Amino acid sequence: MSAVHDGRGPVTASVLDIDCEAVTAEIVAAMRSIVGRSLRRQGAVVGVSGGIDSSVTLALCARAFGPERTVALLMPETDSFDGTLELSRGVATAFGIEPIYEEITPILAASRCYERRDEAVRQVIPAYSEGWKFKIVLPTVLGRDTYRMFSVVAESPEGERIEERLPAAAYMTIVAATNFKQRTRKMLEYFHADRLNYAVAGTPNRLEYDQGFFVKLGDGAADLKPIAHLYKTQVYQLAEHLGVPVEVRERPPTTDTYSLAQSQDEFYFSLPHAEMDLCLYAHNRGLPAESVADAVGLSEADVERVYQDIDQKRRTTRYLHMAPQLIAPVDLGHDS
Amino acid sequence: METDIRTFLSEVFFLGDDPADLPASSSLIESGIIDSTGVMELVGFLEDHYSIRIQDAELAPENLDSIDSIVNFVGRKRAAVA
Repeated sequence: MSAVHDGRGPVTASVLDIDCEAVTAEIVAAMRSIVGRSLRRQGAVVGVSGGIDSSVTLALCARAFGPERTVALLMPETDSFDGTLELSRGVATAFGIEPIYEEITPILAASRCYERRDEAVRQVIPAYSEGWKFKIVLPTVLGRDTYRMFSVVAESPEGERIEERLPAAAYMTIVAATNFKQRTRKMLEYFHADRLNYAVAGTPNRLEYDQGFFVKLGDGAADLKPIAHLYKTQVYQLAEHLGVPVEVRERPPTTDTYSLAQSQDEFYFSLPHAEMDLCLYAHNRGLPAESVADAVGLSEADVERVYQDIDQKRRTTRYLHMAPQLIAPVDLGHDS
Repeated sequence: METDIRTFLSEVFFLGDDPADLPASSSLIESGIIDSTGVMELVGFLEDHYSIRIQDAELAPENLDSIDSIVNFVGRKRAAVA
């Protein structure tokens, strides 16, 4: 259902073209089988962010189970982009679903998410206080062979910007505190799934799933992940086919996690998603850097750096995919 | 210095009983001893323990990816400060 590169000649963007009608039919049939027969649930819950992945996942759930058996959960918090709620409502409406609204700021405040995070930022930027905004950024892999270290970028209410490299402890505390957001959302998704006997549909695309761009027991938790095998480029194709509103399709991917606007490729991925998809595709097929360099507009040396970054992220995030490890096997009396 | 670095790596990353067993010239990343978070912790340890500041341009494998390279790099940094 997609044009597969034969291993010879240069890779072009068309290798990721898919037959959207056939892919949709295949996913919808699999979702019905997984949810109905394997999980024995009667519908699905999706946390909708106003981004492309959750919108496509919601659309697929609506096709698989019907709008009446699909829950669209809207869970903004104080750092969410102003347009998040409107976009999310628009997506739910487009698929005939009445969304459920759960404001999560009070839960996050009660768990001291913001307070713990801000204390860690102040370890590095003492002036950071009320009214300031911040984000975490990672330098590009391109043109350099040095290790990349996260920095915090903070902006005062007057617009002054300060950037400082993050020590490990402060970085890990900021991430740990911020992870409350994804875990709180997942807790609410499972509340609604439990009360309705529904499954929770996760929203990662292939890039996120492969590269570990999710929070363990947060957005990484789900009963099924309908688009985890699709490159992000393919998710966009499916979005258009399924009728995801154009405002969502034209919105640049964002983490929507930190108070300063942050693109996914300045926080995590080496390149914008279209180029990242092609590099991942080529690397997955063992194709040399030269075969994809022209398509992504990079030198062979930079494609090699992207390949190395892909491998490094797989090593670093491997534990996110691992189930709890047992000391000895436990026979549960059935195949699982 | 080498003993301190071996002890740090051994204790922080649960590498076994005897820090002296760690190979001096092997890549710490490629051998799976440390990952990118581990690099951050290693840099923090070196900066705190040896009172040095490692610049972004110095965060390179040739300075930090083996015990030998770390010892040489920190030795040069300390000599430059002295």
